[in-house]
Amino acid sequence: MHFHLTEEQTAIQDAVRGTLAGAWPIERLHAFADGDDDFDRTSWDALMALGLGGTLAPDSGMGLLDAALVCEVVGEAAAPGPLIGQLLAVAAAACSDNGAAKSHLETLASGEKVATLVHGGSAFVPCARAADFFLIVDREAGVRLVAAVDAAIEAVKAADRSRPVSKVAIPADAGETLFAASDPMTGRLADAALVLVAADALGGAQKVTDMSVAYAKEREQFGQPIGRFQALKHQLAHMALDVEPARALLWYAAYAWDAGLPDAPRAAAMAKAHLCDIYVRSTRAAVAAHGGIGYTWEYGLHYWFRRAAFDRAWLGSPAAHRARAAVLAGW
Amino acid sequence: MDLSYGEAAEVFRTEVRAFLSSRWPPAADLRGADLKAFIRTFRAQATDAGYLYRAIPKIYGGSEQSVDVIKAQVIREEFARARAPMEVGGNGMNMTVPTLLEKGSDEQKDLFIRKTVSGDYIWGQGYSEPGSGSDLASVRTKGELSPDGKKWIINGQKIWTSQGMQSTHMFMLVRTEPDAPKHDGITYLLIDLDQPGVTRRPIRQMTGEEGDHTFCEFFFDNAETPVSWQVGERGQGWYVSRTTLKHERASIGGADGLGRQFAKLVELAKEVGRIDDLIVRDKLAQIEGSVLSHRYTSYRLFSCAAAGEDPGPVALMMKLLLTEIGHEMALLAQDLIGEHGFLEPVGAGGRGNRGPRGPEKWLDQIMGSLGNSIAGGASNIQRNIVGERGLGLPRDLAMSGER
Repeated sequence: MHFHLTEEQTAIQDAVRGTLAGAWPIERLHAFADGDDDFDRTSWDALMALGLGGTLAPDSGMGLLDAALVCEVVGEAAAPGPLIGQLLAVAAAACSDNGAAKSHLETLASGEKVATLVHGGSAFVPCARAADFFLIVDREAGVRLVAAVDAAIEAVKAADRSRPVSKVAIPADAGETLFAASDPMTGRLADAALVLVAADALGGAQKVTDMSVAYAKEREQFGQPIGRFQALKHQLAHMALDVEPARALLWYAAYAWDAGLPDAPRAAAMAKAHLCDIYVRSTRAAVAAHGGIGYTWEYGLHYWFRRAAFDRAWLGSPAAHRARAAVLAGW
Repeated sequence: MDLSYGEAAEVFRTEVRAFLSSRWPPAADLRGADLKAFIRTFRAQATDAGYLYRAIPKIYGGSEQSVDVIKAQVIREEFARARAPMEVGGNGMNMTVPTLLEKGSDEQKDLFIRKTVSGDYIWGQGYSEPGSGSDLASVRTKGELSPDGKKWIINGQKIWTSQGMQSTHMFMLVRTEPDAPKHDGITYLLIDLDQPGVTRRPIRQMTGEEGDHTFCEFFFDNAETPVSWQVGERGQGWYVSRTTLKHERASIGGADGLGRQFAKLVELAKEVGRIDDLIVRDKLAQIEGSVLSHRYTSYRLFSCAAAGEDPGPVALMMKLLLTEIGHEMALLAQDLIGEHGFLEPVGAGGRGNRGPRGPEKWLDQIMGSLGNSIAGGASNIQRNIVGERGLGLPRDLAMSGER
């Protein structure tokens, strides 16, 4: 049995973490959050230079778990860019019979062309203004790849400053159909999207927990570090108790998808619901643990708070996924 | 990742299955047999085959196998599948034997291990006292040497002793150096409970249960034990009690109980006609998120143990998680049973009539979930452990000495 990360997987995470530490320091996040861009080419290129774009291509030798590990670190850094859409677009194009879509495979895998994920029916799309393609994944309608020039994009003031959305209208007949609704790949891509959002949530929840623990060790009140006080110690313990066990839930969901297990769709729904709940809870607790400083714009906890709210609502609420999980369990 | 155990383990599994099918008959064939004698023989055979008492040397009645968490897991799974008995359970196997193996004298090993393994000796744990709960090192039960220096004379009280009414022996912490610093004045003693100086009394707990399988309190009035039954150095008992269990402890079995209980909770929701209630479904799925997280985390711990790697702070969290999830399940169960909660469960108090048990049987679990938050390290202490050892937060100033 092997149910912990391999050395290679740990090395992938370390490489992504190191790359983002260089290309996406907190100062850049601050500047980006106060600006009007919805994309950061420098950090995107740095990430893509690691060759991760094709992680979900069937011949990559990697899989959804590896992709999830990357998305976890991206979530941790609150890095911009539609990585989830990019990874899924490569997977979709590679597995599809559609020749037109396949012709974009190379530029998508290299990151030269940017694809963002559109949740079927949603008007809001992250990084829409920078995207070359929209990958529409809709369990009811199938999977389509649409050139961005075919869509109407309207900039809005977005709440998640690390991954801003635009309002997008896409004509119903635009683009290439990669999979029909009845094709198993449609469900698989939708499930993979859930797992990758859950991974982003895991990374963010772990990040704000780590920030809170570090702050509690260094901040002094009444002549001692506040982490010594049991009330706060227990609050921080609760944050860790939320996040750390849920890591295995995410791993299982990714593993089940990679192995094609029958419970993969349900595991994906459970992971999305559970991790996104935890992310919101963790960021709230982190602000409380920090006190006043945590409530300031400058300190930056709100970047993860906003991202948590986005992840929670994106692709369906925890309640919606739990309702699906209940049906899938035959309750 | 790969949740299979590998080819070698499957070969081993076939071997265990063959053994079980030849030695442990289906339940129907056991009717009318002298079950106790049969189980004793079976355990001996299973030990000879190397399946039971793996961490115990052959001279003390074990099978002396090298540590192999995968094999141990396969054995647990196959024995459970065949409904065959594993080792004798209880404090003796979990606490006394590992402690003696690591810190006991040859005489103590000879005297106690074989009879504990056979189930002849049943051990009570003499740690808790009235007034010393989580502050375990504050024990006050006194141990004084007899004038000839050959015996310890024990006076005081111990409480919350599991299986106390059945226990034949106790391992206990007593204060022998009243003037020494708190953690350095404690000695670890073994004692025969069948003597005039020992009085035991069952504790009736909130579930209503009272009797052989629950808790006792013990009173010691000039009770005696030979000095040769002292484990480790005089005054070093605290450190003896810290002896850790290194043997094949990682088990994914621990998570199965929670999963089974969750399945029963879903059944309860169906039974009381609430499974289509959207709120109930949502709450069930919320709880299941935690149940599955716990299960897969136990896979993670097992996998790390098999590979000899450190899983990190998550290992410190399992007891607290189990408690919290049990609590969540109990809350939902309480809502689901509704008016059935007005009824005392059949069999409660140890003297109820046997009969069909309705949804009110969940009251046992509802109250039992509270017991978990106290027993084996109270939840608030567990949170301290997660915070201090897991997250590296500074220790509470009030806690002095080693913990």
